[in-house]
Amino acid sequence: MTDISLTQTPDLIIRTLTARRAGAGDIRFRLTTMAAAILVLLIFTGVVASLILGAMPAIKAFGFGFITTEAWSPARDRFGALGPIYGTLVTSAIAMLIALPVGIGIAIFLTELCPRMFRRPLGIAIELLAGIPSIIYGIWGLFVFAPWFQVAVQEPVMNAVADIPVLSTLFGGAPYGIGIFTAGLILSIMILPFIAAVTRDVLETVPSVLKEAAYGVGATKWEVIREVALPFARTGVVGGAMLALGRALGETMAVTFVIGNAHRIAPSLFAPGTSISAAIANEFTEATTELYTSALIELGLLLFVITFIVLAAAQLMLRSMEKGQGS
Amino acid sequence: MVVNRALYFRRRLANTTFIVLSFSAAAFGLIWLCFILWALLSNGVAALGPHLFTEATPPPGSAGGLSNAIFGSVVMSLGAVLIGTPIGIFAGTYLAEYARYGKLSFVVRFVNDILLSAPSIVLGLFVYEMIVVPMGHFSAVAGIAVLAVIVIPVVVRTTENMLLLVPDSLREAASSLGAPRNFVIKLVTWKAARAGIITGALLAIARISGETAPILFTALNNNFMSTDLTKPMASLPAVIFQYAISPYEDWHDLAWAGALLVTATVLTLSIIARILGNQKRI
Repeated sequence: MTDISLTQTPDLIIRTLTARRAGAGDIRFRLTTMAAAILVLLIFTGVVASLILGAMPAIKAFGFGFITTEAWSPARDRFGALGPIYGTLVTSAIAMLIALPVGIGIAIFLTELCPRMFRRPLGIAIELLAGIPSIIYGIWGLFVFAPWFQVAVQEPVMNAVADIPVLSTLFGGAPYGIGIFTAGLILSIMILPFIAAVTRDVLETVPSVLKEAAYGVGATKWEVIREVALPFARTGVVGGAMLALGRALGETMAVTFVIGNAHRIAPSLFAPGTSISAAIANEFTEATTELYTSALIELGLLLFVITFIVLAAAQLMLRSMEKGQGS
Repeated sequence: MVVNRALYFRRRLANTTFIVLSFSAAAFGLIWLCFILWALLSNGVAALGPHLFTEATPPPGSAGGLSNAIFGSVVMSLGAVLIGTPIGIFAGTYLAEYARYGKLSFVVRFVNDILLSAPSIVLGLFVYEMIVVPMGHFSAVAGIAVLAVIVIPVVVRTTENMLLLVPDSLREAASSLGAPRNFVIKLVTWKAARAGIITGALLAIARISGETAPILFTALNNNFMSTDLTKPMASLPAVIFQYAISPYEDWHDLAWAGALLVTATVLTLSIIARILGNQKRI
């Protein structure tokens, strides 16, 4: 232990070298990870830039009128996005109107009402269903749901409302089975597990002390959920619902099969229509002229802008909720 | 004590109504999902058979399988995961380890979450502009690229979340022994978060194995077995789409069989991911 100074010198040099090498490795590694992070950023800007560039011919040709025109005629090189925008918004609205209450109902059932024994398996089943690819919902909608819907729902409903003024237009026409309404229904079934899973996660963050206190003063289950659990989880539920809306807006395969692909806005909800994503999926590989392709890319750009707004809002809400929990 | 019977009755009635509604919501939702699974099983199992894996997609009216589609799906998914996972892990590591509160991290995190739920069809258009247009034709490479773009955000998110779960005391202990930062990350935090990171990769595969829309205008489809990455390649989702909208009965059967295969793959992967994720440490 006494002769440290001299005999240890080479060892020290080696150590310094090792440390320096490790330091260089450190910088290299840090730069690699940073490059990967920047790549994510580049992909995003690349998506935006390529969509804008690709849409340029259509933007130049149609200007703002693209969004307000309904005509879609590849043969005459005239394109308007109103039909697909209408289809996207209406199918998503139908989907949310059905899936939101039912999904929240399932989530409440899973967190508050379900016997403890079934809680976990049912919860896992819902989460697994949320991961099933949308093309499965599409093929089911085309082969199983639409034919059934045509006979069992559309025809009776059409006959029943045939003489009622407003409803007869809203649910009029011929019972095709496929159409805007069917697409909305399939979408609602598809986003249902997603909404249920997100809402359940949020409801589980409600501290049981709060609920127990409410039960302690004699509140019923309904009152505990309405007055305590849901207000506490509100931001999260809304954020989750907006994520689901983002999915519904951009969903392609579940819609493409059953929407009917007609570029017109019919007054009847049962009539065939199209959505932004369905129009792109169906026509992109068939687009022959540059303007046609460009118009489809501009549709994609519109879809990206719409979903970006919805998703960004969802993120901000979910973030603010996380922060609220931290304090 | 005076009991307000009317109020008491109203509250009980509201409670019962709500419980009934909630039960029926759960039943309603689950019934539809069961219908879908049942249709998938009954139609898919009928069309299952060894020929699916040995024969290529047939012209209408003759017998055939899905071997080229299965091969294409496996190749493109694997390629996408091999490219996307390392990038995702590195980016997630940067967010969690190097610049947890940095400005860049804030932006990357936000953008990543947008990409995570952005419509995949739009990502398909992006790769079309970037790869298909310069190349002049559809190709499996473009398919791999678009699937990788879908994989990256999934892996970034799970990697970051898993690394954030690793207690700081582990990092501090390693640093106090003199380990440089990259050793701390590679030998300590990555190891501690390994199960979670693998889960993320599995979930990413599950996600891309059913992706259809972006495949349609990147890899397109191919009716024959092709191993050339610069040529269009078949994939299960694209074949399901093409066959389902066709008027031929035997193509419909193949579409159902393909749908069953895709669903089985996705469910298996998710279940494995879930089991892995539940184990604290391997």
